[in-house]
Amino acid sequence: MGEHILIIGGGQSAVQLADSLRSEGFAGKLTLISQDTELPYQRPPLSKDFMAEGAAPELLPLRAESFYEQQDIDLIRATRVEMVDPRARIVHLHDGRQLGYDKLVFATGARNRPLPCPGGDLEGVHGLRDAADAHALHAALPGARRVVVIGAGFIGLEFAAAARARGIEVTVLEFAPRPMGRAVSAPLSGWFTKAHLAAGIQLRLEEGVAEIAEHSGGLQVLSSTGNSYLADLVVYGVGVLPNAELAEAAGVPVDNGITVDEQLRTGLEGIYALGDCANFPSVHCGSSIRLESVQNATDQARTLARILTGQPQPYRMLPWFWSTQGSIRLQIAGLAAPGDEPVVLGDLSSGRFSIALLREGVLVAVESVNRPADHIAARKLLSGGQRITADRLEGITSLKELSAPMAPVA
Amino acid sequence: MPTIIYSQPDGTSTEVEVADGGNVMRAAVNEGIAGIVGECGGQAMCATCHVYVDPQDAASLSPVEDDEDEMLDCTTAERTEFSRLGCQVKLGGPVQRLRVSIPSDQV
Repeated sequence: MGEHILIIGGGQSAVQLADSLRSEGFAGKLTLISQDTELPYQRPPLSKDFMAEGAAPELLPLRAESFYEQQDIDLIRATRVEMVDPRARIVHLHDGRQLGYDKLVFATGARNRPLPCPGGDLEGVHGLRDAADAHALHAALPGARRVVVIGAGFIGLEFAAAARARGIEVTVLEFAPRPMGRAVSAPLSGWFTKAHLAAGIQLRLEEGVAEIAEHSGGLQVLSSTGNSYLADLVVYGVGVLPNAELAEAAGVPVDNGITVDEQLRTGLEGIYALGDCANFPSVHCGSSIRLESVQNATDQARTLARILTGQPQPYRMLPWFWSTQGSIRLQIAGLAAPGDEPVVLGDLSSGRFSIALLREGVLVAVESVNRPADHIAARKLLSGGQRITADRLEGITSLKELSAPMAPVA
Repeated sequence: MPTIIYSQPDGTSTEVEVADGGNVMRAAVNEGIAGIVGECGGQAMCATCHVYVDPQDAASLSPVEDDEDEMLDCTTAERTEFSRLGCQVKLGGPVQRLRVSIPSDQV
């Protein structure tokens, strides 16, 4: 009987890790403990396909049910881990069962930050993170004429664009001065503000939510600037909180998520963390960071699978992200930071362009709107380890020109 | 029902029935066909559902749109004139039987 690796979680990083462990040749016992009753499923379609008109689409599984059996992965569903005992190397489940392990991985993800205002838990106020949220919203949308979205981040704007496309009156409240301010450059925020306003979305900046109240069968949202909006439905997306409490209770060091090193090891021997819940040192931003993305979840899983099968290596993959807002496809390669210098490649007014971000004269990130080729070129350039300096961006309209094999080097 | 035949690099193949409107990625993921990942959930963002469609079937499919075309430039296995992203290839209508080959690598 070989080693037992126990993974707590049923999301993208958990399932990818189990898959990659088997493909890396791990032959021991492998257990996944998921809180969800559903077969582990993909989340990206929830804020996109599920919000379109028509019958609710079926959940897209991460792997077919047969996969777990074929790969000899014990998937335990609808089960919560109550406590981890790292000294005895045992986890206690909510139903009283105990499972021993040799190595433990926290792939516990994140949860919606609750709306911190009176009325944030009223009926008709929805988050959008899991399958139950998506089904509830899909069912509520046909009856909605007016919706208020709280938070102009990726999730809020993806939902706002989808609701607007159905002809619903949409107001978005954002307390910050620009949308997606945590994730994208100022010129890109500005471009998105105009695009959403042009689509008929009332995007209200520097205006947060103060209170939500019931109002003649619907809801009334009072804003921080004293405005009042009637809504049949309120959707909030104001960030997430890492699910780190279980780890913390077990004595694992925690700081904005579960603290890990470059090899995804926590401070306790034999315990690892990855995905949305893990705060790791990133060479791409020069500090510790927690990333909530499919890329981060899957690439960390593939790296950890190699680490756990005797191939130690640091996690240094290039971060990339995407968001689909109505007909706008945003793709981001690399990690930008406040203060990076934006250089627009192409024409903002054409609706197809990229914004290169330079730090001390060197390319660190690229934001592409409806220009997948630029995004792919950016991923290759930024992963390749070569320094792309500002002078090489002069006079080009697409990054493709730089990644072409015979591109002249200035 | 429309049928997709998936051929693996080792020569084995699997036949899968799909509903009208179903796509090559979704059917593969649902059935556990090895070698089709669909990491982005069918958003044409990750190019991990790359397939080669049978040359005889290629013309009957909906044409490659710009987004798919650009993403196909970043597949791990070599792109050919028969390369498609499985998430963008729908079955139904004139497309009742489709043969696709799965490349050796997706990531």
